[in-house]
Amino acid sequence: MNFLRQALAIAGKDLRSEVRSKETVNASLSFALVILLLFSFAFDPGSEQVHEIAGGLLWLVFAFAGTLILNRSFARELVNDCLDALISSPASGAQLFFGKCLANYVLLVFVECACLPVFVIFYNSHWPAQWPSLFLVILLGTWGITVIGTLFSAMTVNLRLRELMLPTLIYPMLIPALMGAIRLSTLILAGEPIGADDQIWFRLLVAFDIIFTILTLALVEIVLVG
Amino acid sequence: MTPAVAIQGVWKFYGDYPALKDINLNVNAGSCLALIGRNGAGKTTLLRILAGLSKTAKGSITILGQDARAENTRRSIGVLGHGIGVYEELSAFENLRLFAKLYGIADPQKTAREWLERTGLERVRDGLVREFSRGMRQRLAVARTFLHNPSLLLLDEPFTALDDRAIAVLQDLLKTARSEGRTIIMSTHQLREALELATDVALINRGKLAYTGPRTKEMLADPAWLYRNYGEA
Repeated sequence: MNFLRQALAIAGKDLRSEVRSKETVNASLSFALVILLLFSFAFDPGSEQVHEIAGGLLWLVFAFAGTLILNRSFARELVNDCLDALISSPASGAQLFFGKCLANYVLLVFVECACLPVFVIFYNSHWPAQWPSLFLVILLGTWGITVIGTLFSAMTVNLRLRELMLPTLIYPMLIPALMGAIRLSTLILAGEPIGADDQIWFRLLVAFDIIFTILTLALVEIVLVG
Repeated sequence: MTPAVAIQGVWKFYGDYPALKDINLNVNAGSCLALIGRNGAGKTTLLRILAGLSKTAKGSITILGQDARAENTRRSIGVLGHGIGVYEELSAFENLRLFAKLYGIADPQKTAREWLERTGLERVRDGLVREFSRGMRQRLAVARTFLHNPSLLLLDEPFTALDDRAIAVLQDLLKTARSEGRTIIMSTHQLREALELATDVALINRGKLAYTGPRTKEMLADPAWLYRNYGEA
């Protein structure tokens, strides 16, 4: 309980700061909308080709927009040396990390939910009948992006080129999760049922989230203190 | 008697550069140690290690009988570093309530209110820190450092760039902390202020401990005495 209480205090602080400054959500959302718009010029909306790559387009947008939020996650702690104040407090590295993950997750899911209707309009797509499944895929895929991204955000926080380093480091790590999320999203957006063969992608997403949540929680103390 | 802080054979490297070289130092409970030395001597590095913000390359550190990164140890330490460690987008009250929660204080709201009053910030309790003057921010940082009643205070140049009101608040709190038997370690360049408060002195020269011992009358009469006798040429 104490673990969760401390993590929620950190998450609440990050979300409150973001609601007041709106610095990352505004940047991430506008970036996502611009990419969606540009992709709609690159591909013929409503064509068969777009339906085949719809999941890929969507997750590329989510991954690109996500790094903008994740980049600021630990960088915002550098102002006034707040990271030192947090690390020297009794909250463990895992509590601090989990709290940051929760805040990043909420912000990412918010941006993704705002992008979905725009995607449907720009690409002459239909609101998928299996929208609860799509929402589940988004929740699972986004958690994967969040835990990996938040860990690397902590690792790169003191680097001069952290804006460049974060995407370079996290995208290769995210390949399994993105593959699963893209495959499932493409099927759902095309209105096709998720067959028994494709259930493995759901299992992959769940396994990825569980394994990397445990790994990152175990490693983050070393990342933060050395 | 077990010292409040026991530093044994501590080395710290930045790349190949030895920032601390074989530091051995004990700080007794209830004492006030002035950690002095020129810029780059290693004072901040040593304080960061004590605060659990950095690891040693060699050697060991025990604080109140436990490891520096142990949860109980961190609960007992108050750290005031170069940065003020408060959030710009939160109000003064929200900042203190957050840290009160992180330190596991039973009633974070009440504690936050009390410390806003003690530091003269109750009038601006709901104002965002980004709108505060420098002096108000510093007083808030002092409140954050003291709000959990730490038994060990680690202060890195605490009087630097403080306005007169913040200095008065800090001096008052430090005197109270001394009278309550808390241990204080502070690095400083302001020798006179530090020596007036200190019971012990440690001088670091280029990462090596050049002098450690009680503060003497000679030091108080002539703050440069230590540098002349034990400082680098």
